[in-house]
Amino acid sequence: MIRFEQVSVTYDGAAQPTLRDVDLVIPEGELTLLVGPSGVGKSTLLGAVCGLVPHFTGGTLRGRVTVDGRDTRTHKPRELADVVGTVGQDPLAHFVTDVVEDELAYGMESLGLAPAVMRRRVEETLDLLGLNELRDRPIATLSGGQRQRVAIGSVLTPHPKVLVLDEPTSALDPAAAEEVLAVLQRLVHDLGTTVLLAEHRLERVVQYADQVLLVPSPGAAPVLGSPSEIMAVSPVHPPVVALGRLAGWFPPPLSVRDARRHAATLLTRLPMAPPPAPAATPAHPASVAPTARPVPAPAAPAEPDRPAHPTSPPAGSPAGSGESGSGESGSGESGSGESGSGSGASGSGKGRGGEEAPRSGPVPGAGLLARLLRRGKPTPGPETGPGAATATPAEPVARLSSVSLRRGRAEVLHGIDLCVAAGETIALMGRNGAGKSTLLATLVGTLAPTTGTVTVRGRTPHRTAPQEMVRRVGLVPQEPRDLLYADTVAAECSAADSDAGAAPGTCRELVSSLLPDVPDDTHPRDLSEGQRLALALALVLAGRPALLLLDEPTRGLDYAAKARLIEILRALAADGHAIVLATHDVELAAELAHRVVILAGGEIVADGPTAEVVVSSPAFAPQVAKVLAPAHWLTVTQVAKALTGAAPRAQAEPRARAGAAPQAEDTPRAEDTP
Amino acid sequence: MTPPTTSGPPESPRPAEPTDAAVAGARGAGRTNRAGGYGGYGGLRRATAGRAGTVRPRRPADEGPTRPGPGPAGAGGPESGPTYKTGRVHRLAAPRARRGNALHAGAWWLWALGLATAASRTTNPLLLGLIIGVAGYVVAARRTAAPWARSYGAFLKLGLFVIGLRLLFSVLLGSPIPGAHVLFTLPEVPLPAWAAQGIRLGGRVSAEQLVFAFYDGAKLAALLVCVGAANALANPARLLKSLPAALYEAGVAVVVAMTFAPNMVADVARLRTARRLRGRPTGGVKAILQIGLPVLEGALERSVAVAASMDARGYGRTAQVPPAVRHTTNVLTLGGLLGMCAGTYGLLAAEGAAYGLPVLAIGLGLALAGLRLGGRRSIRTRYRPDRWGWRAWVVAGSGAAVAAALIRAGSLDPAALQPGVVPLVAPSLPLWPAAAILIGLLPAFVAPVPPKESAQ
Repeated sequence: MIRFEQVSVTYDGAAQPTLRDVDLVIPEGELTLLVGPSGVGKSTLLGAVCGLVPHFTGGTLRGRVTVDGRDTRTHKPRELADVVGTVGQDPLAHFVTDVVEDELAYGMESLGLAPAVMRRRVEETLDLLGLNELRDRPIATLSGGQRQRVAIGSVLTPHPKVLVLDEPTSALDPAAAEEVLAVLQRLVHDLGTTVLLAEHRLERVVQYADQVLLVPSPGAAPVLGSPSEIMAVSPVHPPVVALGRLAGWFPPPLSVRDARRHAATLLTRLPMAPPPAPAATPAHPASVAPTARPVPAPAAPAEPDRPAHPTSPPAGSPAGSGESGSGESGSGESGSGESGSGSGASGSGKGRGGEEAPRSGPVPGAGLLARLLRRGKPTPGPETGPGAATATPAEPVARLSSVSLRRGRAEVLHGIDLCVAAGETIALMGRNGAGKSTLLATLVGTLAPTTGTVTVRGRTPHRTAPQEMVRRVGLVPQEPRDLLYADTVAAECSAADSDAGAAPGTCRELVSSLLPDVPDDTHPRDLSEGQRLALALALVLAGRPALLLLDEPTRGLDYAAKARLIEILRALAADGHAIVLATHDVELAAELAHRVVILAGGEIVADGPTAEVVVSSPAFAPQVAKVLAPAHWLTVTQVAKALTGAAPRAQAEPRARAGAAPQAEDTPRAEDTP
Repeated sequence: MTPPTTSGPPESPRPAEPTDAAVAGARGAGRTNRAGGYGGYGGLRRATAGRAGTVRPRRPADEGPTRPGPGPAGAGGPESGPTYKTGRVHRLAAPRARRGNALHAGAWWLWALGLATAASRTTNPLLLGLIIGVAGYVVAARRTAAPWARSYGAFLKLGLFVIGLRLLFSVLLGSPIPGAHVLFTLPEVPLPAWAAQGIRLGGRVSAEQLVFAFYDGAKLAALLVCVGAANALANPARLLKSLPAALYEAGVAVVVAMTFAPNMVADVARLRTARRLRGRPTGGVKAILQIGLPVLEGALERSVAVAASMDARGYGRTAQVPPAVRHTTNVLTLGGLLGMCAGTYGLLAAEGAAYGLPVLAIGLGLALAGLRLGGRRSIRTRYRPDRWGWRAWVVAGSGAAVAAALIRAGSLDPAALQPGVVPLVAPSLPLWPAAAILIGLLPAFVAPVPPKESAQ
């Protein structure tokens, strides 16, 4: 259906071709999933199929791309419109009209179909995608999932033979993503549409794919194969595949269902006791101001709903000076939750996109970051580190009590009570439009609650001047680009320093630790999605806020970038920052969060330790939890660590030390073997 | 598979399936809000069923609960009201607005232009107030929750601003109106003789001149309010859909430009919020300047993205037309435009009035033929264009009637429509022009009612 013959694409001014000598045939009537790390040219490949590359984007295309026999060199995108339907990353940028029904008809109008045909197809598509209730709605009022479905519907109505989608589910909550994928599967099964789809969140899509097209690295030749073949070698893979590789299952399971068939054997190798989540206990505020003064007081668990670990304060206090390494001793001994930032982070890196090393920020990045942040600590004003230390132990960083917020008649938030303790990471989850972003906005002070009180570090955010708030709370918005105004990274950094009243160079140092190889004169717009996020994070961190908020941080990030983000955030939490993430990414929540708060309709419907909230939920459970269901395992890292720990314990006690080392060697090798 | 209701008459279950409706009605009555239980059918169907169900308890006893099926449904024409009610009045009552029965956007504009014409014929503040009231009532009764419908308030404010500005200028710059009632005297700025031709700064302010300025401003405000009403009631995109095919591409450009503005406003709001996140004040000129560039960049990027999307969806596909047709089109259009210019010149010039009109007419005809022929190049078809039904005639006609009545009243009784200011008299309400203006209220009863959900 789609044929690439010796295709190379070089953009104007680029030294390297983005695609090089691509030869492939995408079979008809199948769902082909395009995977690969960021920056390998996935979007270019998709654009070449619909003719937007090079007709619209510019650049040079060598070779030949034919779709259903039409050569894209001689056919402009508009002349391919009846064969190829394209949905880009941002559905909003896709819409031409303002009402759902008109949008569905737009493509057919352009093609000049008869009115009766258009009418019938619009009705069919409304039913196929479950959009009938929305047919008269202005598009601006739709939620993310609804928009995505409308965008897909709008390219379906001309009955294209090929559907090309770029990250259709990355902005969606798990349920909406399932909806969209079910629609795609139905198209493939019932209508025989050829679907080519690029997606970073493989855990959502890989089980639906008939074929996987892997672009392993920039300029490398794409490999087309069955999902299990490709997943066995792919540098990017979902957690369930990582688990399969870890446990040595072959072929690696693609879905939770496949994996559950093997799960029994794995469960016998794992300790029976519910494992301590890597994130079960937040690292303690003891580490907030470690060099300045060893404070014993805040080491006591601040929150009643946090499990008190009697062993952790002693383990935590020395951890203050000997940064991340200390975690190792804690977890190795007792198997308790004090997995330090260093060990946990590197483990996750292995588990995910570990083998290939696209990670430009090496693992030490986390440690370096922690050191940097700590170095600055003794100087700042009373409200940062020492503020936490002098406050009473029970004083949370932020507290919302019976907060309600109305927008017009609609009550977006209703009776929210929430406390955020220092060093704690909370994941806010819930479907699109549940009020997650609004809750973050009240915490940062851009929205004022209608009733109830919000306190962040003793201040009411919406009544405090932005210059002061920036030292208490920082928000990285959904679109990190919104935070960037300047022409160069260096200019952004100096602006951030002066905004936050930090010493010149503070921000630049943060940037260098998060993004080691970004020169000063780079334009922020030229950064990749992950780099831009890191830059925005650095800008926000320049004020050393005690509370860090992130809205959908993993949107558009590949596994490697996500692993780096996890390292960074872990280091920050270990450093005493309270972190609240609004996210749809259950895997991220499982890796990072101590607590999960689920919102629905503006109310908190669940609030508790990650393992408890997440394991029983069909929508919010990470894959590993689903596979090993009754037990509270959340991440591959956890399982890997438990496997290394469990083996010695099963043996005689004295041999534990000796046994641990080879076992630890084993784990990464198990990943590599397939 | 077309859902059964979609081709049926708007609000009525199809006559062929009264039993279905009865079942749905009974269900609806049982669980009042669970109209969705009737799976497999379209939402329209459900809505109808639910309504039938909830209405049932209120039905008069003489119909009897055993006959919930809409017996006279067959009698309901496409424009008829809910079919479970009988009677001529109910059949004429405005149906709930849906895509299928939407009033033609042009009808709203004709109605509003009629009111505006009427407003331009009078300075009587009572009549102007009445016109504004009529427009406001219709807007309140029939506007939707769509973004463009919110513009009415802005037009009202603009009207008030215009009145205020007119009064202010009158106070500051004086007025040629002679007046005996001096209210106060401002210090007058002496102007050089060459500049003081009919202008002065400051000086006496009389009641007459203020009243005159107020009447004048009110007229302008009423015009603005009428335009605002049309803006609030008619979907601009749908209006553009009614353009001839040859002008379609220009129409799309306008539509895209119109979505551009709200998006930019949203961008500004978002970036101002982001400034706060960086710890900078959100107000002030500096803030606007600093976010100006990113806003423009964002707008540009969005335009490019929309252009890519439109291209990929077949925008600008053209049909192959024979060269002869192409050339004819060019000749017709060019000739038509030239003819129109010449005709207009003839009409305006002193000596050419005799042949001015025919040349203009011929030019217009040629241009229209050119447009029509040019439309052949476009292969576009139109999805559910608004139909011009009798309701559209009534709405447009009511506006035209108001305009005609006031023009007539202006020639019969100019004094009532232009109340004098020298001497200062209280304006009186001329009865039959006022009654004529009330005809403009008809759309509030005839046009389809926007659904409740979208009125939030």
